[in-house]
Amino acid sequence: MKAKYALAGAALAASALMTTAAWAETIGFSQVGSEGDWRPAFSANMQESAKEYGIDLKFANAQGKQEEQLRAVRAFIAQGVDAIIIAPVVVTGWDQVLREAKDAEIPVFLVDRDVDVEDKSLYVTRISADFNLEGKLAGAWLAAASKGTCKVVELQGTTGSAPAIERKKGFEAVIDQFPAMEIVQTQSGDFTTEGGKKVMEAFIKSTNNLEGICASFAHNDNMQLGAIQAMKEAGLKPGEDVLMVSVDYVPAIKDALAAGEANASVELRSAVGKFIYPVVLDYIKNPTELDKWIVIPSDLHTAN
Amino acid sequence: MPVWLKAIVQSRAVWPVLALVLILIVAGSVSPNFFEIRIVEGRLFGNLIDILYRAVPTALVALGMAVVIGTRGIDLSVGSIIAIVGAVIVWRIKMGDPHITILFSALAAGILCGMWNGFLVSALRIQPIIATLILMVAGRGIGMLINQLYGGTDPSFESALLQWMSTGSIWLIPTRLILAAGIFLALWLLIRRTALGLFIESVGGNAAASNLAGVKAGLIIFVAYVLSGLLSAWAGVIMTADTHTSDPVSVALYIELDAILAVVIGGGSLAGGRIYLGMTVIGALVIQALTTATLISGLPPEYNLIIKALVVLSVLFLQSANARKAIGSLVSRRAS
Amino acid sequence: MNATAIDKPRVEMRSIGKSFPGVRALSNVDFTLYPGEVHALLGENGAGKSTLIKILTGALNRDAGEIRLDGKAVNFNSTGEAQAHGISTVYQEVNLIPAMSVTKNLTLGPSRDALGVISWGKARKRAREKLSRLKLNIDTEQPVGSFSVAVQQLVAIAHALDDDTSVLVLDEPTASLDAQETATLFAIIRDLKARGMAIVFITHFLDQVYEISDRISVLRNGNLVGTHMASEISRQDLISEMIGRELGEVEATLAHKAESGPGKQKLVARDLGRKRTLKPFDLTLHAGEVVGLAGLLGSGRTEMTKLVFGAIRSDSGELHVDGQDMSGATPRRSLASGIAFCPEDRKAEGLVGDLSIRENIMLSMQAKRGWLRQLPRREQEKIAGEMIRALGIATPDAEKPVRQLSGGNQQKVVLARALASNPGILLLDEPTRGIDVGAHAEIITLIRKLCNEGMALLVASSELDEIVAASDRVAVLRDREKVGEIDGADINRDNIIRMIAGDDSGQH
Repeated sequence: MKAKYALAGAALAASALMTTAAWAETIGFSQVGSEGDWRPAFSANMQESAKEYGIDLKFANAQGKQEEQLRAVRAFIAQGVDAIIIAPVVVTGWDQVLREAKDAEIPVFLVDRDVDVEDKSLYVTRISADFNLEGKLAGAWLAAASKGTCKVVELQGTTGSAPAIERKKGFEAVIDQFPAMEIVQTQSGDFTTEGGKKVMEAFIKSTNNLEGICASFAHNDNMQLGAIQAMKEAGLKPGEDVLMVSVDYVPAIKDALAAGEANASVELRSAVGKFIYPVVLDYIKNPTELDKWIVIPSDLHTAN
Repeated sequence: MPVWLKAIVQSRAVWPVLALVLILIVAGSVSPNFFEIRIVEGRLFGNLIDILYRAVPTALVALGMAVVIGTRGIDLSVGSIIAIVGAVIVWRIKMGDPHITILFSALAAGILCGMWNGFLVSALRIQPIIATLILMVAGRGIGMLINQLYGGTDPSFESALLQWMSTGSIWLIPTRLILAAGIFLALWLLIRRTALGLFIESVGGNAAASNLAGVKAGLIIFVAYVLSGLLSAWAGVIMTADTHTSDPVSVALYIELDAILAVVIGGGSLAGGRIYLGMTVIGALVIQALTTATLISGLPPEYNLIIKALVVLSVLFLQSANARKAIGSLVSRRAS
Repeated sequence: MNATAIDKPRVEMRSIGKSFPGVRALSNVDFTLYPGEVHALLGENGAGKSTLIKILTGALNRDAGEIRLDGKAVNFNSTGEAQAHGISTVYQEVNLIPAMSVTKNLTLGPSRDALGVISWGKARKRAREKLSRLKLNIDTEQPVGSFSVAVQQLVAIAHALDDDTSVLVLDEPTASLDAQETATLFAIIRDLKARGMAIVFITHFLDQVYEISDRISVLRNGNLVGTHMASEISRQDLISEMIGRELGEVEATLAHKAESGPGKQKLVARDLGRKRTLKPFDLTLHAGEVVGLAGLLGSGRTEMTKLVFGAIRSDSGELHVDGQDMSGATPRRSLASGIAFCPEDRKAEGLVGDLSIRENIMLSMQAKRGWLRQLPRREQEKIAGEMIRALGIATPDAEKPVRQLSGGNQQKVVLARALASNPGILLLDEPTRGIDVGAHAEIITLIRKLCNEGMALLVASSELDEIVAASDRVAVLRDREKVGEIDGADINRDNIIRMIAGDDSGQH
């Protein structure tokens, strides 16, 4: 039951054709850093698929620092690249450097995270997954799997981070439609395995061994993996006693899905080069106004 | 006013212990089953056990921190040492080393990190906060580089030995508690049954005077950082085996702050000169009890850090010499 | 130019008193200052010089007495207020920011316009004006740190001097200057004096006192001993005033010294010295002998004890202890070879305040044994108890933190630590500094007792009577140089003072 909920792929249809330019296009890509499992995979995919599209990719790792990122973008401008792709470290503080890029007539594309600028014309478009949609997919799957009756414990991401806020909102938007579905416990596990395990341990105690709890929703797989360990150590059977749904689809959760200890994971694609590069190349050839957000479709994977 | 009551009120130990008891009582009133202890999967199971169990890594790191702070130093790199140790463990497991060797490799990595810090502080005379900041900043990067050695795509692993040390149990009691008690005892013997403690405290209290009294201040400081590295490494083994994975970027984030807090709650002063091992453990338990209590309280996570800050602030306030004196005189006035 | 009775005094301080917790820093001190005079203020450490100056410049409030400026009673609550009344100070440690330019340094402080706005053009001009007052012609855009200490000192003086400065206080301005630089500074002081400025000059170099000052005031233990015209007091009388006479009773008890002569050589220093610290000297210590170290503040007493102990590294000469070469030894090695040292500054170099009396006493002994072989607690308590009893340390028990003890008892703990390490040679630097008279006599008695038991002692002291009372031999220091020794029956105040003053009639 794969890719059933891919709602927003349509916007990409126009850009499916491969571009073969006489001259290799030079594109600068400023990446956030290399934290976690997902981002290194994302970086690797961007670099590999650049080759497939015949793109000369200048890759810059900002090590989680915006100053570093601003420096990289300015270097790209100075080199006169054909386009710049930015995965922003933070949402604010972009007006100045984006204006410099616009003055140099270099189109800027955002991937992954958003930026907060007054003048939306400073960038062409944002091509990214929709965290809110991921939350909705998880909620929709759970509603179906539990037939609309379910008490949920929630493992939130880092308090105040965009994915944590949006995934929570999306998830709640769906389960609010079902009167018998509610979140009974929610805590932050900081997106880490360690955090997920600690929080689930506490939930197990405060709910008398997850009595009456039908599901655990984690904002990422790492926390869910920690929760699975905590449940096993408490003698519970994750995946059977409690439905386990999370986001990211990292390699370790695939094993857990196969072992029946997890039930569903919404894929946050790391192989997104094939969604991003066509849009960029197309725009370089033929600059036309695009929507400000092109959503990369999210797939939901289940155990079988 | 009885003398014993006055002695208790003015004692250094009373406030942290009282804080711990209060936190437990509040948690017990919020969550009815809070004090329940059962046997699950062959080990004791319950919130109180959780607090002890979860406090182990912080307590180990805080004990090392207490020794370093005793020399008037500070070790900011403990979290990074844990990250490095985690990466070393996974790397060696993927390389197929025997797991007992891996344990020693992990501890050796921690000792090496401690030696680096000790070298910077005692030989190059770099201020401790700067010297250990270097490894704090670089350590997680080093961890990621070590992950690269085996590809780094799937850092999860299984190890019977390490997991037994971390999440296993002996006669119902979690192994990590027993091991931690052993380490505490060994450290206590090292500090209190040799002259090392006296030398550390004298160097921390007055390095110039200690040198003139014949104490090798440089060597003592070096040893303190090595101890901190070793204890952090042990915490790293426990934490890494706990989650069966190595995540150098996020593992043990801000543990140095919790460790420093534990030392300070336990009555240690950043000005150095005194080591309180037992009270440091109490400090770590206060922090963990607070964390566990907020987790089960059902409060929105936004409040976690604020509550922690408020409790720590009030413990430190009650502990300050002036407040203690004021309360002591208030109590005696009431009683007379 | 010279102060005359016709002039009205610029500053009159009358019956000034000041107490700190447990210490009477100043009592009933009078001090007058005339325009156009250089007034030297002398006294050993702790005599009250800096307290008096801080009261004059508003850094401290007085407990008693009054201050008149040009006949009007004044009350300064801050240095800024004093400065507004024309009283400026240049402290011993130059208060400039080395990395900032001369202009910027000279612009810091009170000389800004009402809005706090700085015009750098004007600032540069004003800086040059200020420097020209001192005939100093340097590039004002260079950082202060790039100039010699002497120039920095002059810049600091320029900074202190305003158009309306009428009183200038110089606190040990020549401490880090060489002869040439001192001469330059004095030329400027004379020039300022000629322009009617009243100058207070604090120093411990007697030659300079006589060279530059018109009048001299001597403080001792918070009291004014006397104010004299510089031309009317001899060097010896001046030294005698600075180094008091308070040990009558001790002298009586110790009238008879070692009947037996000194034993075998314990320590021999030959040409031991260090540049800019102490000229190379020879020194021999024998078993059963007390050698006193006499000299004024800054003459090199402390430096000599530290060179012998290895706390200051020597760069010339050699040192033998019991025939063994100990040149370049560290304190740790000195201790191992049986030398113990009680430093002058108890707080900074002697005690670990947070540790208990027992722990402080055990420290050296334990350091000698190594960290692995901890002395059993019971034995520690026994030794500490014995020491407390033997030295009469007044404390309810040995576990009290040492910082809670009085000065005299703290000194005894330092001594106890040294003695617990079982030394053959004991170096004491100001063993009676800051302690009351009773404890004072006890410590002198103890020194004699240890000597009679065969220990070799070197005792540095600013109290001449103490030296006379305790010593079998006296080594005399002047201006960072050992100038001679006085032996046996010749040891008396007059002989020592004569040698410190530099009269060539001293023995040897």
